[in-house]
Amino acid sequence: MRGFLVLRVVAKMLMPFMLLFALYVQFHGDFGPGGGFQAGVIGAAAMIFYALIFGLPATRQLVPEPLVETMVALGVLIYAGVGVAGIVLGGNYLDYFVLAHDGVHGQERGIFWVEVGVAVTVSGVMMKIFYMFAGRGRGLDAS
Amino acid sequence: MVALTLGIAVQRNLYAVVVLSGAYSFLMATVLVALDAVDVAMTEASVGAGISTVLLLGALYLCGGEEAKPLTRPWLPLAIAVVIAGALVYGTLGLPAFSDPQAPIHAHVVPRYLNEALKETGVPNVVTAVLASYRGYDTLGETTVVFTAGAGVIALLRRRKRRKDGEGQ
Repeated sequence: MRGFLVLRVVAKMLMPFMLLFALYVQFHGDFGPGGGFQAGVIGAAAMIFYALIFGLPATRQLVPEPLVETMVALGVLIYAGVGVAGIVLGGNYLDYFVLAHDGVHGQERGIFWVEVGVAVTVSGVMMKIFYMFAGRGRGLDAS
Repeated sequence: MVALTLGIAVQRNLYAVVVLSGAYSFLMATVLVALDAVDVAMTEASVGAGISTVLLLGALYLCGGEEAKPLTRPWLPLAIAVVIAGALVYGTLGLPAFSDPQAPIHAHVVPRYLNEALKETGVPNVVTAVLASYRGYDTLGETTVVFTAGAGVIALLRRRKRRKDGEGQ
């Protein structure tokens, strides 16, 4: 799709808004609909949209594959780490009340980090699967 | 939605099927909005209509877009499907009426979630509070499932690279 000027320009204009919307869904998930899963999917969809317009190699430069693979595992580790932090601070596993001096603040903090973990893993997995499918049959697997 | 489903079942061109199922997902998302399940609707619209459509199109690009004609008429599977569908519809007759406040599901832990969630977690969106806090273990399991799915896809599709490495050595 290198030749389609309109698509390229529109995609460049839309990208910031899509990524911003992903962040909005992520951090506004406490108050409105949304959360880590939806935000991760929207962020991954934005990058897949970029890949459809500008091609896979450009996207791989932007979001390199090792980073994506790290994200896949990192999200689960963040989530599990919140649980371990609860134990270290003297509570049960995944006990958010001990994460801050005030129980409610601890809950907010725990939920925030848990949602971050979910978003990181989900977007990593989605992008990795897309990379795998799109790169297959083009000799790009071995990059 | 019924027309879309029939179209998906009848259509032999798989590209059309993928596009139709994307449209089906969007309709499903609107139904979920009508049921006040905005979080689920958002997931359905982004995953069902967005990412899975792209992934299915990518898969079709790899394996061709025409469905082969079945050799025999699949009457037995059709009969089994009709019987199971009838049983499921019969089962729904026993459910309490939609949005009945006296239904058992609304009487157990829901009042506590709805009344105490803001006080206990400081998060106004009860869905988020239940997902991330009250049911934190479940969500950890779900995240692990997503991780496992990603790892499985990586393991399945990466074969070619290893073979190439083997040739190089």
